[in-house]
Amino acid sequence: MAYPPDLKYTKDHEWIRVTGDTAEIGITDYAQQQLGDVVYVELPEVGHAVTAGETFGSIESVKAVSELFAPMSGEVTAVNPQLREHPEAVNKEPHATWMVRVRLSEPSQAGGLLDNAAYETLIA
Amino acid sequence: MSDTAATDFRKTPLNARHRASKARMVEYAGWDMPVEYSGITAEHLAVRTRAGVFDVSHMGELEVAGKNALAAVQRISGNDASRLSVGQAHYSALLTPDGTFVDDILVLRMAPNHFMLVVNAANTAKDYAWIAEQVKVTSDAAVIDSTSRYALIAIQGPASREVLQPLTGVELDDLKYYWFAHGEVANARATISRTGYTGEDGFEIFVPPNMADRVWQALLESGRSADVIPCGLGARDTLRLEAGMRLYGNDIDESTTVLEADLGWTIGWKKTGFIGEERLRRQKQDGVERRLVGFEMHERGIARHGHAVIAGDKRIGVVTSGTQTPFLKKAIGMAYVPASMTSPGTELTIDIRGRASQARVVPLPFYTRKS
Repeated sequence: MAYPPDLKYTKDHEWIRVTGDTAEIGITDYAQQQLGDVVYVELPEVGHAVTAGETFGSIESVKAVSELFAPMSGEVTAVNPQLREHPEAVNKEPHATWMVRVRLSEPSQAGGLLDNAAYETLIA
Repeated sequence: MSDTAATDFRKTPLNARHRASKARMVEYAGWDMPVEYSGITAEHLAVRTRAGVFDVSHMGELEVAGKNALAAVQRISGNDASRLSVGQAHYSALLTPDGTFVDDILVLRMAPNHFMLVVNAANTAKDYAWIAEQVKVTSDAAVIDSTSRYALIAIQGPASREVLQPLTGVELDDLKYYWFAHGEVANARATISRTGYTGEDGFEIFVPPNMADRVWQALLESGRSADVIPCGLGARDTLRLEAGMRLYGNDIDESTTVLEADLGWTIGWKKTGFIGEERLRRQKQDGVERRLVGFEMHERGIARHGHAVIAGDKRIGVVTSGTQTPFLKKAIGMAYVPASMTSPGTELTIDIRGRASQARVVPLPFYTRKS
C-alpha cells in the first residue's frame, strides 16, 4: 500500500493529516499489518488534551494491545464514531480511517515529522 | 517485529512451506511458528464454519513403554489410563506432588503397555526429565522423547471429515471422538486421532516428518472446494479459549492445582497411588480457596492475561486468558477468583490498565458445537 504524500508520519507508526490548525490522526498500514485484526480502539473524549509523543489511547488486536502516541499536541475536537462498531476499518483503510481530530496548539510541530519517503525508508 | 529468518529457533518440517506461503512467523516456545496466514479472524471463522489446517508439530511426543508402562502412567498422570482401550485417548494432567500441573497432556494408548503422551512444546524437555525420574520407581518402564519422529498436522472444523476421508482408507465415520487409528493419509503412514484444541470436530494426524509437506498440501487441495485454509497459532489460541480449554503457562501451571483449574473431571478418583493424590483428595473434600472461572465483559474493554480482579482497591484474583473472540464477538476470558465468587452471574471488577471494568461470571465453555 502506498503512503500518501499529504500525510506526515511518526516513528511510532501514526500518521497525521494537518489542515491549517486542525489535524486528523490515525495509524499506518505498516502498523495495522503488525497488529493484525483490530478489535477495539480506546480513544480520549472530546475536549481532552493530547501531547506530542505521549499516549492518547490504545488499540487492541485479537492478540495484542498497543499504545497510540500523539504526533502533535492539541485538543481533541472529535472521535471517529465509526470505530466503535467497526474497528476493522483500521485494517481495511488505515490511511483513510482517522481516530481523533485535534485542534493543534503548535501547528509548526509538523515540520519535525517524517514525510512519506522518509517513513517508507524507516519501515523498509 | 521482524520477519528475518529465525535461525536460532527450532523448525517444524513445514517451516519452508509456511515461509513460502508468506505466513507471519513468530517465536513460540523456542520454535519458529506461523501465528497467522490470512488473519486470526478469518482463520477462526473458517474453523467454526468450514475447516482449517494447523501445523502443530512443535507439540512434544513422549512415549512410555515396557511391561509396567500402565503402572507408570497411572502414577504420573491424573486420569485413569486403565480405562483406556488400545486406540483410545484422553486428556489428563501430568502431576506434581502438590497436585499442580507439570503439564497438561493427551494420553494415547498405543498398545496395552505402550502410551504416547502429547505434551506442550515449552514443556517437552521438562516433562521428559520429570517422567524419566518417576519411571525409575516403576521397574520395567522406559520413556523416550520421539518428538522429532513426528510431524503433527491438525484439521479442525465441521468439514474436516469430508476433507480428510478421500485421502485415507481409514473409515472416519467409525472413528469416535477421542479415538485414533493407524493407516495412511495421502499415501503417507499416519496415525489419525479424532481430537483437537478448537472445540470443533476434527483430526490430529501424526506423520513422518518427510511426509509432512505432502499431507499438508493434500489436505488443502482436498479442502479447496470447501474453502479450507491454513491457520496459525493465533487462531488456535482464540478457538481454544472460546471452547474453554486451558492453556499451559497462562491458565494452569505448577502453582495451580487440578481442582483450582476446575479440571477435577480429569482425575481418576477410583484409582490410588498417583502423584499429588493426597492434596487433591484433601481439596476435593474441603473445597478450594480459589477457582478458575469463565467471564464475559459487559463494559467496554478486553481483559488480558495478568490483569487483576479487584474489590475496591484490593487484588482478589487474576485474569489468566482474555481476548475479543471472533465468532461470539464478545470480550471473554478466564480468571482465578475466590471460591465465593464462582457462581455464574457473579459480578467481577477487572483492572484493565488502570480502569475498572465490569465482567460477569459465565459457565464454561463459552462455545459448544451443535453436533
